[in-house]
Amino acid sequence: MAEKIINKDIVKEENLVYKKTDLLTDKPLSYCPGCGHGTAHRLVMEVVEELNVQEETIGIAPVGCSVLAYEFMDIDMQQAAHGRAPALATAIKRLYPEKYVFTYQGDGDLAAIGTAETIHACNRGENITIIFVNNGIYGMTGGQMAPTTLPGMKSSTSPYGRDVQSMGAPMKMTELVAQLPGTYFVTRQAVHTPSAVRKAKKAIKKAFENQKLKKGLSFVEIVSNCNSGWKMTPLKSNEWMVDNMFPAYPLGDIKVPEE
Amino acid sequence: MKELRLMKGNEAIAEAAIRAGVDGYFGYPITPQSEVLEYLMHERPEKRTGMVVLQAESEVAAINMVYGGSGAGKMVMTSSSSPGISLKQEGITYLAGAELPCMILNVVRAGPGLGTIQPAQSDYFQSVKGGGHGDYKLIVLAPASVQEMYNFVELSFDLAFKYRTPVLILSDGAIGQMMEKVEIGEQKVRLTDAQVKERCPWATTGKDANRERNIITSLDLDPNKQEIFNQKLQAKYKVIEENEVRFEEIQTEDAEYLFIAYGTSSRICQKSIQLAREKGIKVGLLRPITLFPYPSKRLLELSKQVKGILTVEMSAGQMIEDVKLAVECSVPVEHFGRMGGIIPSPGEVVEALEQKFL
Amino acid sequence: MTEEIIIAGFGGQGVLSMGKIMCYSGIVQGQEVMWMPSYGPEMRGGTANVTVIISDERISSPIINEFDTAIILNQQSMDKFESMVKPGGTLIYDSNGITRHPERKDINIYLVEAAAEAAKMETTKTFNMIILGGFLKIKPIVKMENVIAGLKKSLPERYHHMIPVNEKAVKRGTEIVQEVQILN
Repeated sequence: MAEKIINKDIVKEENLVYKKTDLLTDKPLSYCPGCGHGTAHRLVMEVVEELNVQEETIGIAPVGCSVLAYEFMDIDMQQAAHGRAPALATAIKRLYPEKYVFTYQGDGDLAAIGTAETIHACNRGENITIIFVNNGIYGMTGGQMAPTTLPGMKSSTSPYGRDVQSMGAPMKMTELVAQLPGTYFVTRQAVHTPSAVRKAKKAIKKAFENQKLKKGLSFVEIVSNCNSGWKMTPLKSNEWMVDNMFPAYPLGDIKVPEE
Repeated sequence: MKELRLMKGNEAIAEAAIRAGVDGYFGYPITPQSEVLEYLMHERPEKRTGMVVLQAESEVAAINMVYGGSGAGKMVMTSSSSPGISLKQEGITYLAGAELPCMILNVVRAGPGLGTIQPAQSDYFQSVKGGGHGDYKLIVLAPASVQEMYNFVELSFDLAFKYRTPVLILSDGAIGQMMEKVEIGEQKVRLTDAQVKERCPWATTGKDANRERNIITSLDLDPNKQEIFNQKLQAKYKVIEENEVRFEEIQTEDAEYLFIAYGTSSRICQKSIQLAREKGIKVGLLRPITLFPYPSKRLLELSKQVKGILTVEMSAGQMIEDVKLAVECSVPVEHFGRMGGIIPSPGEVVEALEQKFL
Repeated sequence: MTEEIIIAGFGGQGVLSMGKIMCYSGIVQGQEVMWMPSYGPEMRGGTANVTVIISDERISSPIINEFDTAIILNQQSMDKFESMVKPGGTLIYDSNGITRHPERKDINIYLVEAAAEAAKMETTKTFNMIILGGFLKIKPIVKMENVIAGLKKSLPERYHHMIPVNEKAVKRGTEIVQEVQILN
């Protein structure tokens, strides 16, 4: 655990413009500088704090870069086998119908090895929230091709670019799950600009609030960058994301409940 | 008055689960154990006790639902048969690695591969030697009757929560499908969420202000910590070995030869004892009820008294390795078994005994 | 007392349920019981058989080499199980569909023309109960009143109005069972 750095000369109550939510631990994030995971973690925890449901919330960490999400989120969490987070969440929610249960998964976890668990949790309309961080690559294992890797995009297992003919086209999980009657709210967001962050937080908050309605699963994709895996600077990776990822994965609500 | 019913082994497991106050069952159909899920669905346990019953999309999902429920402190279980249990192995090693209490039922059918749906005992190695990766053990209970199928549900959960470990009931297609008289127990009330919190202070029941957050994981990237954790697991298995050995002896007092068999094979051996004794062959039976921990100590004692030991298994001979280790080569140990879904007949077993030792 | 029985015939003849009723009757009078079916794809049409053991003592093997009684209801089962009756044991059969009658001289053979009799009753579903009646006449291992109690336990409530006709069928079975003499 890193010690809290408090320099009383600098940090004065009246000078504060931003404060980290208490629901993020003081452990320094293990994500690469520039990665979107940190912001996504913060938004989820801010929502839990604003809804005042820390005691009622159980999160599921995946396998992938965010495998250690439980180190950073100050709530009860379980760490699932690769791809199985929605199965864990299903059981927890059914055994504790009044709790808030969410999974936090990457694209390899959710869209490759865990496709069956994802689709079926969505199809059963489990009253849970899935946060799906899509950066088009396997980050933790060192930049291999993911189901969401773009055509022509290079990775360590598609060194000459993803060849759609032999490797398949990018998998649009969010559009796919929106087709299922069990999903209640399906949206795609990003966290690369302040306005995107505000919109993403609003979506996450709605996805959590929906759990009380018991009308089905809320699915929030966050298109993100992986500057390390993409082998770019953080800034460049964000520009590349806007130019390349967003056309393939357009932002916005895909399925909105009728008011 | 005691309530007596005529039930299949699979039905007895399901009824026992409801009566024991189990919170959740997650399963996927496979012969010869589909009656477990069918019976539960038919009984509307959500109305009887509030128990959750869910048909999962796969065995893989089902075992991970068990992980989720168990990690949240609830009494949860799954059941399957051999090919399905192979699929569950990933989840089982995670459960062991996260020290989660739960019950897993294997109604064994013959393999390898899709094999056949007829009974076998060829999953012994998988069950007691660790079917998944890593150094772990399950407590393994081997019922030999429908009544034991019923009784072992509650026993499984007692042991699972006492030691924070998954417990496997290793049954087979014969015991799953046969019907016998079952004495039904009282309906137990399911624990309240507050009671779950008290029993499982480690579980993810929601972090309140009075405690640190609870984390359920089998991951520790620090090899030093991981080794310490492994040592702790091994120490726990040692305690289990010291305290939880269960077995039954039949006509061993004057036995000159010994059958060792569990589950269905042990039932066959009981008849073989009768047939052999009619011919003047003094044979007895040691029936391990726990396969881990194994009744090695008692076996070593008995080995001093007998001239030969015949293990009878519906397999190519798996448990025989543990028998040989237990008796320390002090007496000849032979194997007799049938494979591929064939159940040996009592007469065949006696013939094998005569052939190998007389 | 231990009675080891095989009941074998076609699926749909009520082979499995006859076994269950025997077991329930045994339970009612405080005995140990065991019912072990053949199961699997062979359940889908074709032959069905079930081993039933009723005993005053703890029951050992569910799989046995030879039976005290074989109740045989089709030719395939005759071919398979006639030889598995213990010497001095009992074979009970219905001649309907039988092309080769039993031949052993070291066992007691009885005929129950249940299919023909069932055709005369209100419902042919009583077939297996007529057979059961024939069996109980020869081997009164469970009392008639306990069979009725067993029927009540084994039939779902919605079929309880069928109990009187089943009772009648069991009684009819006891009347029509006849010993078969094998002539040289």
